[in-house]
Amino acid sequence: MLKLLGYPDTYTAAPGETVSFQISAEDNQPYEASLVRVICGDCNPDGPGLQFENIPSAVDGTYPGKRQTTDAGSYMEARVKGLDRTRSISFAAMIWPTLLDRDDQTIIALDAASSGLRLFMRKGGILTLETTAEGQTQQISLAKTPLLERQWYSVHFTHDAKSGASTLSQRPVKPFAQVRDCGQAEGNLVPLTGLAPAVMLAGRPKANGVIASHFDGKIDGPALLDGIHPHEVHSDLLAGMAQRLKGQVLAFWDFSKEIQGIRAVDISGNDNHGTLCNAPVRAMKGWNWDGTHHSWTDYPAHYGAVHFHHDDLYDAKWDTAFSLTIPAMLKSGAYAVRVKCGENSREATRDFYMPFFVRPPRRPKGQAGKRDRIAFLAPTASYIAYANHGEHITAREAERTIGRLLEFGHADMYMYEHPEIGGSLYDSHLDKSGVCYSSRLRPVLNFTSQYHSWLGGHGSALWQYNADTHLLAWLENKGFDFDVITDEALHEEGIHLLEDYRVILTGTHPEYFSTAMWDGLKSWIDSGGRMMYLGANGFYWHIAFNAEMPGLIEVRRAEDGIRTWAAEPGEYYHASTGEVSGLYRRRGHAPNEICGLGFIAQGFDVSSYYRRAPDAENPRAAFIFDGVSDEIIGDFGLIGGGAAGLELDCITVALGSPPNILRLASSEDQSQQVMLVNEEFGVVPPNLGGDQNERVRADLAFYETAAGGAVFSVGSISWCGSLPVNGFDNNVSRITENVLRRFALEARFDT
Amino acid sequence: MVYKIDPVKDLPLVEEFRKTPVGRHSPNLMRILNLLRYDPSGYQTILVARIPFKEWILGVMPPNRADAIVLDAKGEVFTNREDAEWAVFCARWRARTGHAINTPRHISLTEVDHA
Repeated sequence: MLKLLGYPDTYTAAPGETVSFQISAEDNQPYEASLVRVICGDCNPDGPGLQFENIPSAVDGTYPGKRQTTDAGSYMEARVKGLDRTRSISFAAMIWPTLLDRDDQTIIALDAASSGLRLFMRKGGILTLETTAEGQTQQISLAKTPLLERQWYSVHFTHDAKSGASTLSQRPVKPFAQVRDCGQAEGNLVPLTGLAPAVMLAGRPKANGVIASHFDGKIDGPALLDGIHPHEVHSDLLAGMAQRLKGQVLAFWDFSKEIQGIRAVDISGNDNHGTLCNAPVRAMKGWNWDGTHHSWTDYPAHYGAVHFHHDDLYDAKWDTAFSLTIPAMLKSGAYAVRVKCGENSREATRDFYMPFFVRPPRRPKGQAGKRDRIAFLAPTASYIAYANHGEHITAREAERTIGRLLEFGHADMYMYEHPEIGGSLYDSHLDKSGVCYSSRLRPVLNFTSQYHSWLGGHGSALWQYNADTHLLAWLENKGFDFDVITDEALHEEGIHLLEDYRVILTGTHPEYFSTAMWDGLKSWIDSGGRMMYLGANGFYWHIAFNAEMPGLIEVRRAEDGIRTWAAEPGEYYHASTGEVSGLYRRRGHAPNEICGLGFIAQGFDVSSYYRRAPDAENPRAAFIFDGVSDEIIGDFGLIGGGAAGLELDCITVALGSPPNILRLASSEDQSQQVMLVNEEFGVVPPNLGGDQNERVRADLAFYETAAGGAVFSVGSISWCGSLPVNGFDNNVSRITENVLRRFALEARFDT
Repeated sequence: MVYKIDPVKDLPLVEEFRKTPVGRHSPNLMRILNLLRYDPSGYQTILVARIPFKEWILGVMPPNRADAIVLDAKGEVFTNREDAEWAVFCARWRARTGHAINTPRHISLTEVDHA
């Protein structure tokens, strides 16, 4: 098990900027900290091994440790003025419960844990109203009419705080024959002696500050009223007739307003606005969605629901252990703070690396870039997308997918036992709705040196961050001077960030791109930049960043592509921006337009090799094969044993691969587990596997751009896993080096 | 109808797996592996790395994540992945067919009698 874990508050920092580190010492034990430059994060004894450069810094030292916990679960909180003056109250909302198996799910809680009122759902969908005062708790329930899962209900209660007389009712929006889910009850509950203004939806504050008893499901149009009002009052409010109740509506939260942010807008006129905490999902279809509109920006009134989950998490909010101001002279690169509390053993891992990237000093806007340097574009958006990827824990067919036993290290065991640290964009919530938000403000156990991914291919088994350290190690070995920039910086600054660079190297799997990232990189390429796309399945999913939740990205798994969950019809548009999400290919811009290749196949057992194609003899490609006469390229590697594996891309001119592209080599002999991806066929073919389908291949490609730049693309995630073999002396390494050295020269490519 | 493993006719496929537990397999072996690698009960045998790249034991992940993973702490300690793959394959083969393969991975099945 892990004894130390933590996270930085940013993945990107420039000299002079400060990074804070949040650390949990699971046994409250002291630990040592130090700064390292990350050269290689792979501890496979067949590879270069873990390699770090110690960097003396202000964080060096011993720290007292303390265990930190994570309070997952989304909710809305508000302070409702006037609530403390009420003598009786009414509440109504539309709800759509999604996890009836969980007990104690709060819809609304008034006041604190020791006294107050709460509407909640007991296990099995039993709507219950409860009051607590002077040490006494009483309830009324609709036990004979349980709610159905994923059905809309109007729920309502009244409470006379003087006498305790209370009513509770629920009405289905869609009645079914033989189903008894419409109910009402009344009774006397402990009278509330007074209410504080604190209101919470979908959660309940406990005395220790933890928010508990979360609701799983959607809430739409919640309203609190002063006085006793019948159930029908909610219909009037939803129909826009709030004026009729002027002065009696304390708060009426309309979640269809300001969908892009975290504010819950009160339209009662009392400005009792709420805050949506821990990233519940917005832009959700409401109770009145009828299929006539599929974009919330077209008709927000149909998107008045927020989907809360007990396992949502935006910010773990751990206490900061220490901070580091990046020294002015620290060169750009991949770094980590290492914490350690002893030696690793069979039972425990006692060191942990919290990675971040130091970018070069920010260049003022308007100042032209030098355009003479090399940069590695760290795909931090994709790292966040895969943060705490847990399909090996939740998907029971994962062993079939990877063709070998699922391997759990200490980090995986911790991940299994701590679902509260949140899943990745590949995981589903416990209520089976997909995780469409992922944040870096939490411990991310697969974004760290030493981690081996169950998905990462036989051998080193690396995926994303650690796989990219094979490239970092190669750059180090070859002596290249390079900067590191990140997706988040690209999103914020666009082409301005890239203007200093002649060559950009991607990571092994730069899969997730925002519009600003895509436009920035594409503009840079179109204006003469040289890109080395050293992976596969890149530029695939459209994501959005959220202006009010830094470090969080959003995806909607719309309609097509390799999807571990599917967005609901009508919920394909980002709440954060209003843009349509899904595959770039389905948005009209296939990856081929930016890198020459597009996703064609995936399989996670073993990798294969490339065979030279006729275009390798084209004089335009002579520099690429300088010193490489081999027919077979990359029949070795730390990821699956070959340079062509895990996920593969190929040339398709019809999808936007440029007509002047050279196919230098293609992989062959891919295993039958490597299969055509589903966006490539309409009718399911009987020959999906690489042993039967000639389209299952990686293409090694090169093309010049009209502005005198160029693109080199390898079309395989495992390419970089072959770089370190034989002391970095092999044909994959030589080809990569030939390209980088030529790309780094000022001379334009022929157009 | 899902294929039913024949413990006699399919024995050559067992030998194929013994030689290459992880890698390219014949279509007939792949069919068997796809059957053996899925347990509809929700229990999942996993490999637990105690020392990365050096030492593994087996474990069972339960259907409900609220329940703990059960480690086979007193069972075999594997020093390479392939031996663990073979051990799990043999256990699953026996559970599925009722026939045992009590042969260490380094011994070819063609050298022993499994009748």
